[in-house]
Amino acid sequence: MSAHTADTTFPPDSFYDTGEHHPQNGTMLGFWLYLMSDCLIFAVLFAMYGVVGANYAAGPGPKDLFDLGLVAVNTAMLLLSSITYGFAMLEMARGRQNAVLGWLAITGLFGLAFVGLEIYEFAHLIHEGAGPQRSAFLSAFFALVGTHGLHVSFGIVWLVVLMIQVRKMGLTEPNRRRLACLSLFWHFLDVIWIGVFTFVYLMGVLR
Amino acid sequence: MSTADTEQAYDPRHVHSHHHPEGEAHGTFKGYVTGFILSVILTAIPFWLVMGDVLPSKQATVFIIMGFAVVQILVHMIYFLHMNTSSEGGWNMLAMIFTLVLVVITLAGSLWVMFNMNENMMPVSAHEMRNAP
Amino acid sequence: MQERSELMQTLFGRLTLEAIPYHEPILIWTFVATAILGMSLLAYITRKRAWGTLWNDWFCSIDHKKIGVMYMILGIVMLLRGFADAIMMRAQQAFAFGDSMGYLPPHHYDQIFTAHGVIMIFFVAMPFVTGLMNYVVPLQIGARDVAFPFLNNFSFWMTTAGAILVMMSLFVGEFAQTGWLAYPPLSGIDYSPSVGVDYYIWALQIAGVGTLLSGVNLLVTIVKMRAPGMTLMKMPVFTWTALCTNVLIVAAFPVLTAVLGLLSLDRYVGTNFFTNDFGGNAMMYVNLIWIWGHPEVYILILPLFGVFSEVVSTFSGKRLFGYTSMVYATVVITILSYLVWLHHFFTMGSGASVNSFFGITTMIISIPTGAKMFNWLFTMYRGRIKFDVPMLWTMGFMFTFVIGGMTGVLLAVPPADFVLHNSLFLIAHFHNVIIGGVVFGVFAGINYWFPKVAGFKLDEYWGKVSFWFWLVGFWVAFAPLYVLGLMGVTRRVSHFEDMSLQIWFQIAAVGAVLIGIGILAFLVQIFVSIRRRESLRDETGDPWNGRTLEWATSSPPPAYNFAFTPRVHDQDAWYDMKRRGHQRPTSGFVDIHMPKNTAAGIVLAGISMLCGFALIWHIWWLAAASFFGLIAATIIHTFNYDRDYHIHADEVTSVEDQRTRQLAAQQG
Repeated sequence: MSAHTADTTFPPDSFYDTGEHHPQNGTMLGFWLYLMSDCLIFAVLFAMYGVVGANYAAGPGPKDLFDLGLVAVNTAMLLLSSITYGFAMLEMARGRQNAVLGWLAITGLFGLAFVGLEIYEFAHLIHEGAGPQRSAFLSAFFALVGTHGLHVSFGIVWLVVLMIQVRKMGLTEPNRRRLACLSLFWHFLDVIWIGVFTFVYLMGVLR
Repeated sequence: MSTADTEQAYDPRHVHSHHHPEGEAHGTFKGYVTGFILSVILTAIPFWLVMGDVLPSKQATVFIIMGFAVVQILVHMIYFLHMNTSSEGGWNMLAMIFTLVLVVITLAGSLWVMFNMNENMMPVSAHEMRNAP
Repeated sequence: MQERSELMQTLFGRLTLEAIPYHEPILIWTFVATAILGMSLLAYITRKRAWGTLWNDWFCSIDHKKIGVMYMILGIVMLLRGFADAIMMRAQQAFAFGDSMGYLPPHHYDQIFTAHGVIMIFFVAMPFVTGLMNYVVPLQIGARDVAFPFLNNFSFWMTTAGAILVMMSLFVGEFAQTGWLAYPPLSGIDYSPSVGVDYYIWALQIAGVGTLLSGVNLLVTIVKMRAPGMTLMKMPVFTWTALCTNVLIVAAFPVLTAVLGLLSLDRYVGTNFFTNDFGGNAMMYVNLIWIWGHPEVYILILPLFGVFSEVVSTFSGKRLFGYTSMVYATVVITILSYLVWLHHFFTMGSGASVNSFFGITTMIISIPTGAKMFNWLFTMYRGRIKFDVPMLWTMGFMFTFVIGGMTGVLLAVPPADFVLHNSLFLIAHFHNVIIGGVVFGVFAGINYWFPKVAGFKLDEYWGKVSFWFWLVGFWVAFAPLYVLGLMGVTRRVSHFEDMSLQIWFQIAAVGAVLIGIGILAFLVQIFVSIRRRESLRDETGDPWNGRTLEWATSSPPPAYNFAFTPRVHDQDAWYDMKRRGHQRPTSGFVDIHMPKNTAAGIVLAGISMLCGFALIWHIWWLAAASFFGLIAATIIHTFNYDRDYHIHADEVTSVEDQRTRQLAAQQG
């Protein structure tokens, strides 16, 4: 914390910190900065969708393609996984390893359900001839939603790896930090999804 | 030169950094549940508005669901991502605000630029061409 | 070409023997020269039995100082390649008039100007800038290393992997012929079906990962690891500019990643983002890439503004004039750099209101930059200026950059830009600011910090030779381009009909040769300095009477930088310590906690490069294998929890005692 780094409680004629120096761990801040940069990747994809999202090239538009019921279920999956991850973090704070693993597993299952539904939706669209090559609108749609889906998939892989590591090493300091990072990642993806279902799906159908 | 003992007194960082792994802003059970319930409501209403064709004006619906999205993002930030002005000495918050500004610049800027480009550069009819300024 | 068997197709994708350009004599000779040089280097290393040292102490090193040095070496090597491209272009344009077509066919010339731009920006300027920041920032803030030392090593190797891919395109296949930003639809699969654009994409994507991670790394380092007492407003100016630069890196490079990702989807999957049909919009690519591209310009120049600030204040023997205004100017430039991107395509047709907005924001940027210029001048005013080589480069910069800045403001006026865009005037302008700003700054920085790195100063005579040839060479090479640009000559042309233009191109070619001598003199300078290192030796660790903390430690600094972390009371922390008679602690050393070296970075980057190569040549099995290999290797790496060790107090004591004796010998 800058307040501490900037600490000037030492006397003005002391020039060296003769104790053992402990700089703070920067992992959480670093990971947050990475997320911010990821956020800008999504900003570009949203901008792309915003600019070419109405270029159907005489192909199908959102009204013909989107199944809002499916999207609602998908949204529910992601939201549920968010709270279960939250519960895992609460258990971590209490130091209960098995409970952490349990909640992580449930989170992973919700995540898988989300990715599964999305793959189903994509397969369905491609089957109907509305693949990413059909029009700029569909290219932008697949890129945006697909990138989000890829992030969730990587999140699941990471989650499984972390579960193994927690099992093996326990809730050690590094593992707690990693769980906290994944927590940020997971909730961040949920935030992006709010943008996706609002701007792409809901506003698409309204158009 | 100070001894190790007076050192501790001078430098509160040491006391601090030993037993509080910083950044792990844990939420509370209540916080997570509150966030969840609010999110469910804030998600359900826009879906209902669109799927049920509730409002007569599309424009109004668009503005309302965008409003809901903004509020829900805030809810997630506060209850799930535990954003506040003090974590990491405010650097998290600063980074986020800066990023949001850039996201707005990127989105709004691109749309503005590209909209004008489309307006000006799309092929025009001979009639329009004659009346062009 | 006869039909290839299915098996060969599967095994090698579109990579065939045809991809080796053995019918191009220039490339063959380049290859022979490179091979001889490379072989002799390898033989030399083997003869010196240096492979172990090289691998263990350098390639696997996570010491920010060694990584910084490796970045600088990468920059120098790639500078030679980029300059070779430059001199080939100058030679072509000097001869290719009327009946003479020059010696480069258009498809080769197009690759050269593309490679020149890409290499100079991504693999010369970026490594130089990152290298300087890597080496200096932790020392300036009194830290032992960066926040994520392993990531630092990984970032370096990712940048290098990108550079290797670009170099590989010279001898296997070809490079892009699209210009350094690869605008579609020219860079789309319809008009660039070959591997050139794919080399471009994957080289930049892989290097981009490295850049982004090193940005995050240095940001966290500056935010979290400053010495006690160093408040934000007591940070050295170079650290401030590094902070802003890394903010820009973290906020801009994702945009490049995303837009190149979309372009590769267009090329590989057949999507329609930037195509001419199915609703694609090629202008969106131009828009997006400049949202990255303009901040990139400031990523390059800001750290060098920091270098000049350090140099001016050190060699004028004065505190920097207007520190606060310098900091605010830097921050303002950082933010404004996101609001000007459209000035790169005024002529694309956004209309008067949009163009006016971006024209005005562009002109506003010259205000904080001008403020900086006055700060440097006022620092020099009534100072005791010492004209050492770093100061020469700084003054050369001030003279050159101001002119480059003014032609920039000229181009910021949309109506003027309509006349001058895409002309050689533009080329002259941005070389004026990039050479006059970035390159001069890098040389100032190298001459300034070299004694810290090596323990001896760089040779003064050859430094001056290098400086004067660069300065004069720059003006001889680019003043004619201003003239030609005003006459309406466009860029990227490999043959001219109008013989009256030839004399200007010939003058420019002479200028390029002068710059070449400047580069050669720089290499000689390093060589001579190493030969004469005993007479140039600096035992004090503070050869210039410096003001910031990097001069507080020995030269070269020990692995742990500072045995005890300094406490900061003043913005010129080291100057303050010297002035108030600090006592360097000579006993009571404790164990120092340090990160361990690892080969993980070079392995991961190597797999990434392999993946990139497979994707370029459509060798799908290899791409998939290396992609999953990359994920597996990353996961395996995360299972390594044993990442640090302690330097024992005895070892620290022996190193510090040696330093004590060294300093005592100086005073006695």
